[in-house]
Amino acid sequence: MQEGRILSAKRINNDLLRGVFENPLRYWLIIGFLAIFVLGAMGAAGYMINRGLGVTGLNRPVYWGFFITNFVFWIGISHAGVMLSAILRLSKAEWRRPATRAAEVLTIFSLLTAVMMPLIHAGRPWRVIYWVFPYDFSRGIWPDVRSALVWDPSAINTYLTSSILFVFVALIPDIAVIRDRTTGIRRKIYGVLSLGWRGSTRQWKFQAIAGILLSALILPVFVSVHSIVSWDFAMAISVKSWHSTIFAPYFVIGAVLSGVSGVVTVMIFMRWIFGWEEYIRKEHIESLAKLLVVIALGWFYFFAMELIFGIYGQEGDELATKHMQMFEPPWVWFFITFIVCSFCIPVPMWLFSGVRRSMFWMVVTTILVNIGMWLERFIIIVPALARKQVFSGTWYTYAPSAVEITIVAGTFAMVLLLFLLFAKLFPLIPIFDIKEGQVLRDEIQVGRRKVPAVIRED
Amino acid sequence: MTKTTILGLYTDANYAAEAGEALERTGLSNKDFDFLTDTPYPEGALGERHSSHRLYIFPFIGALIGLTTALLLTTATQVSYPLITGGKPVLSIPPMAIITYEGTMLGAILFTVIGIIFESRLPSMKKQIYDDRITEGHIGVVVTCDESKVNDVEQALTQAGAIDIKKENV
Repeated sequence: MQEGRILSAKRINNDLLRGVFENPLRYWLIIGFLAIFVLGAMGAAGYMINRGLGVTGLNRPVYWGFFITNFVFWIGISHAGVMLSAILRLSKAEWRRPATRAAEVLTIFSLLTAVMMPLIHAGRPWRVIYWVFPYDFSRGIWPDVRSALVWDPSAINTYLTSSILFVFVALIPDIAVIRDRTTGIRRKIYGVLSLGWRGSTRQWKFQAIAGILLSALILPVFVSVHSIVSWDFAMAISVKSWHSTIFAPYFVIGAVLSGVSGVVTVMIFMRWIFGWEEYIRKEHIESLAKLLVVIALGWFYFFAMELIFGIYGQEGDELATKHMQMFEPPWVWFFITFIVCSFCIPVPMWLFSGVRRSMFWMVVTTILVNIGMWLERFIIIVPALARKQVFSGTWYTYAPSAVEITIVAGTFAMVLLLFLLFAKLFPLIPIFDIKEGQVLRDEIQVGRRKVPAVIRED
Repeated sequence: MTKTTILGLYTDANYAAEAGEALERTGLSNKDFDFLTDTPYPEGALGERHSSHRLYIFPFIGALIGLTTALLLTTATQVSYPLITGGKPVLSIPPMAIITYEGTMLGAILFTVIGIIFESRLPSMKKQIYDDRITEGHIGVVVTCDESKVNDVEQALTQAGAIDIKKENV
């Protein structure tokens, strides 16, 4: 650990505010490229709203397809963020410093994207307001709090609000750094956003408490959110393979696996785009890779348990769905791809130090994990619905339409686009946190060797 | 009597801490000065005063408000449209617990953030003595004193190694 050099405060400011003050051509090229996909997705969504859900591949009995799969996926990605940041802050892991902000910001943008999916899926997004918010005073009809579909917005709303506030509180000192480096209207705007921060001892004291206290409060919310998302499925008695008690922890650990992988991918891209080799170092990626091995093994345990419980019960419907998912084409191909991508390839590779310290291989393996995890959600949702039920009058299999594919592709571009636009306004690596790391680090003589050390406060 | 605020700038934390000690030797208490930095230093590193707070009350108040609001919302909405489903009770505790939990946590987090901002004495829109070099690694020692003490304070700050001194009348 502690492979980096000791840097001056001025150098840290210049390096980490490069995204805010400089306009490299590759940044705008990437923005333009992503914007094309986002505009395409907006066009597709507009077309779908105009023509109705008939332009999607959804039909009886498969009412949940690409959109809901994507919703669960992005909720999963959002979990890494604050979870990673909160756990690393609480455990005072020194290598958290460059990772926390990116993880928290990824949480916000992936949550916003996730929220959009059920709205688009509803076909008439503006009508969702009747369903989510309890405001219908005139008719006395209120959302049914007994429905898991009402629990979901309440949990996501709590998580999104908390995450935004968490990011904002930690941003205040860094906004003050930008304020001090800007002039004119920009200085005024950043001045207002920094709330008049001066960096007094009292302000720093509460900044430190905020990190710990908010982390401790957000962690239980994070666990509850994906548990509740899993209950969207697990509470449905009619779809046999969904009605599983293990779904909540299984979804949570799956979310953590895909989310932490997402953070690693994003951090490596940030390192490449902004030239942050001094800050996002191989030691940081290696530590995250080790964490990923532990999470992936935990996820595999729950995956195996979900499978074993399904088979061990010997219930006809459950067995039939499992058979469909694992042996019948086309689902079997998705199933094999999912397990190979999310576990069989990356985990053995992460056991090698050379892979953990290679930016190229870490990008490849973490992207593979997320391809696998997206397919996992698809495999859970679609085959279970597509299987003929006892009282199904009509049934058919599901194939996504071009509209659905365009919208889903657009969501990936949108998260990256929002992330990069955020980097234009605020630093993606917490400046004060990096500076604190520099203040607290030292070298101590142990026998004949000088060893890097870090002072830790309790 | 008119009060004056003086800011001394230092390039090193040791000098800033020495400035604090020198100020105390002039008869000022550690309530009269503060340190401005661009990064959190370990508590007590600069010899700053220990400040008390009531931050931990905020999450509890927030949680109570959130809990009450969520309970009222879930109860009132179900009672106002009492649709019996599958012979189950209208007021069903498990789903109410879920929304109540989320409401409680939301209240706790909202009030924690309010508490952090309040206890940090933010937002502070009043123009206060400051120097942009603080966010470049310099350490500021801000002193508020009577006009009669200005010379002593300036001397103490300079002797401790201040590279620049600013003054403002409060």
